[in-house]
Amino acid sequence: MKGIAVGILALGLGLGLAQQAPLKIGVVVSATGPGASLGIPERNTLLLLEDQVNKRGGLAGRPVQFIIMDDASDTTQAVRAARKLIQEDQVLAIIGTTTTPATLAMIDPIAEAGVPNISLAANREIVAPMDDKRKWIFKTPQTEEQMSQPIVQDMKANNVKNVAYIGFNDAYGEGWAKAFEAAAKEAGLNVVASERFSRTDTSVTGQILRILSKNPDAVLIGGSGTAPVLPQRTLKERGYKGLIYQTHGVANPDFLRVGGDAVIGTRLPAGPILVFDQLPSGFPTKRVDQSYVQQYEAKYGIGSYSTFGGHAYDAWAILSAALERTLKKEQPTNLQAFRSTLRDEIEATKGVVGTHGIFNMSPQDHLGLKFNEAAVMVEVVKTPSGKLGWKLIRTFQ
Amino acid sequence: MDWTIVSFLAADAVQSGTIYALLALSLVLVFAVTRVILVPLGELLVFAPLTYVFFLPSGVSGLELHGQIPGTAWLSSFLLLVWAVLDRANPSRVARLVVLALLVLGLAWVGARGVAPWLGWILAVLVVLPIGPASYRLFFQPAQNASVLTYLIIAVGLHFAYQGLGLVFFGPEQYRLPPILSGQTNLGMVPINNQAFLVYGFALLTMLGLYLFFTRSLYGKALRACAVNRYGARLLGISPAQAGYVAFGIATLIVTVSGMLLAPLISPAYFQGFLFGLKGFVAGILGGLVSYPLAVLGALAVGGFEQWAGYVSSPFKDALVFALLLPVLLWRSLRSHEIGEEE
Repeated sequence: MKGIAVGILALGLGLGLAQQAPLKIGVVVSATGPGASLGIPERNTLLLLEDQVNKRGGLAGRPVQFIIMDDASDTTQAVRAARKLIQEDQVLAIIGTTTTPATLAMIDPIAEAGVPNISLAANREIVAPMDDKRKWIFKTPQTEEQMSQPIVQDMKANNVKNVAYIGFNDAYGEGWAKAFEAAAKEAGLNVVASERFSRTDTSVTGQILRILSKNPDAVLIGGSGTAPVLPQRTLKERGYKGLIYQTHGVANPDFLRVGGDAVIGTRLPAGPILVFDQLPSGFPTKRVDQSYVQQYEAKYGIGSYSTFGGHAYDAWAILSAALERTLKKEQPTNLQAFRSTLRDEIEATKGVVGTHGIFNMSPQDHLGLKFNEAAVMVEVVKTPSGKLGWKLIRTFQ
Repeated sequence: MDWTIVSFLAADAVQSGTIYALLALSLVLVFAVTRVILVPLGELLVFAPLTYVFFLPSGVSGLELHGQIPGTAWLSSFLLLVWAVLDRANPSRVARLVVLALLVLGLAWVGARGVAPWLGWILAVLVVLPIGPASYRLFFQPAQNASVLTYLIIAVGLHFAYQGLGLVFFGPEQYRLPPILSGQTNLGMVPINNQAFLVYGFALLTMLGLYLFFTRSLYGKALRACAVNRYGARLLGISPAQAGYVAFGIATLIVTVSGMLLAPLISPAYFQGFLFGLKGFVAGILGGLVSYPLAVLGALAVGGFEQWAGYVSSPFKDALVFALLLPVLLWRSLRSHEIGEEE
C-alpha cells in the first residue's frame, strides 16, 4: 500500500514539474482487516475517479492526486494515517475512513489542524451533535436513523403491529436497536422483544424461542456480513411465518451465498444503487447509478460493484464541486485559508446528485441526505435462472 | 419458560454440548500426556470444513475457486518440511516426511480439481491432519520440560497465528456446506437435524474408542503411563516425544472429524473455532483437566447453561458461560493437588 502511495506521489511530482502543482487529496480506507469488503470497493472507486478526472484535464486545469492510505480497519493506524496526510503531505482535504470507530478517532487530529474531511462511515455520531470539532467533518453514507424509516413504513404498510428485534451485541447492533426502536415507537408499533447475539455465535435458539413466545408480526435482524443468516435460518427452522427484515449491512452477495433458500423473502432497506436497473425512470439517482456501475464494471469486471463504492463516489462528487468553487476564491499555496474556504464550500453543497441520493448540506446537517431518495426497500427473490437476487419492492418518493 | 421451550433448548444444548465434549476430550488427552493446554484445537476444528469448501463443485459451494489449492494444504506441507529439517539427523524419517508433505499437496491438488463429495470429505481431513503432530514437533517439543505456563503461552501464540492464517486462507465470511444427511427427525415435538445424529454417533464412537484404546492397547497404556509419570515411563522405554505425537494426532483427528460433521449445521468461518475451543476448555476445567467422564458431563453442562443464558439474558450469554469458570476454579484450587506441576 505504501509502495502504491509512493508510486502515485512520484508520478504526481513528475506531472507537477511539467504543469501546475497537483491538488493533493488524502484518502484513508480500510483496504485490509474486517472492514476490507467495504474499503476495497471504496479504494477502487477513488482510483477510477482519479484516473478519469486527470484524463479530462484535471480540476480547473490542475491535476488531482489522491494519496491513499490503508488503516487496516484499525483505529490507531487511521489516526496515524490522518496525521501523516495532514503534516507531511499537506493535503487539502481528507476522504475517509471506512469504519465508524476509526472515523471518530480521526476527528481530533483533523479538527486540530483544520482540514475538511468527508467520512465514508455510517454512524450518526460522526456528524452529530454539531460542535466546534465536527464542523470540519462531513459524511456520505445513510445513518441507521434514516434506514429505520423505510423499514417502519414498510411494516406499517403490511399491517404489522408487534415487532421483535435481534441484533449484534456490538456498536452496529446497539446503534440499530436505538434507532429502530425510537422510529417504531413514533410510528405506533410495539417492540415486544429486543435480543442480542454475537457475530461468532453458532446457535441462537434461546433468543429466537424468546422472540417466538411473544408472537411478533415481524422480526428485524440487525447485523452485517453473513452472520445475520443464523437467526433467520433458526426462525425458519422453528416455523416462523411472519415477515423477516434485515438491515442494509447484508446487501452483499456473500449473504445470499451463505443464506441460500433460508433468506428468500427477506426485506431490507438499501441505497438505491443496489437495484439501479430496476429503479423507475424518474428516480433522481438512476442516471448517476447507471453510469457509475458501468464505469466500475468496465474497469473491475461484471458484477463487481457494491453499494459501498458508491459512498466514495458521492464523497468525491461533493468534494470536487466544492474544490472548483474554492479555486475561484483562493490559492492552494495559501494552505490554511484554502482548507477553511473549502470547508465552507462543502457545507454550502446544494443539489449534488450522487449514487445514494441528493446531497443538501447545511451548518447543522453535514450529511444532507433525505431517506426518500436515499433508501428503497428490496426483497430477496429467486430469479428465473435459479440464483438469488435483489428485487425492488418500494420507493419512498 | 414452559415445557416446549425447555425441550427445544435441551435439544440445542445437547448438540453444542456434544461438540464441547469432543473438544474437551481432546484437550484432556493432550494435556494429560504432554501438559500442553492446546488452545488452537478450535482453529483445527474449522480448518477441515473450510478446506472441504475448496474441494466442492462451484454449484454446491456457490464460489468460483478455479481449482485453487487451499492455504491449509500449503501450511500442512510446510510444517512437515520444517519437521524434516529439524530431524535431518535421521535420513529415513526425513524421506518419509518429505514424501508425506508432497502427498498432502498432491491430495489437495486432486481435491481442488473436483472429486466426488465423499472423497473430497476424506481428503479434507487428511490434508489438515498433519498440522496437529507437526505443531507438536515444531513448537512444543523444542521446549521439552518447560512449565505448564510456558506451554500455555506457546499454545496461545499458536492460536493467534492459526486464526490469522485462517483469515488469510479463507477470508472473513462464512461458508455453507452440504449436509451428509439432510432433513429432520421429530423426537416428540422437537425437530432434530439428521446431521446432528452423525455428530452424536461420532461422539459415542470416540468415547468408546478412547476407552478401549486406553484400557486394551499397548499404545494406550503407554500414553497413560506417560500421563501418570513421565520419568517412570521413560525408565520403562516409553518415549514421551512419541507419546506426544500420538496424543496430538488422535486429538487432531477427533477435532477435524467433529468439525467436518458439525460444519453443515453452523456455516463455518475462520473465527468460529476459538469460542468452541474456549468452551471445550471450560468443560475440561470442570473435570479438572484429568477426568474424561467429568469433562463430558462438564461439556453438556456448559451447553445447557449457555442455552439457558441465551434465553434469559442474551446480551450476557458468553459472559455468563465464562463466569461459570470462576466458582469452579475457586472450588478446585481450594482442594487442589498442584496438578501438572510435578516432575
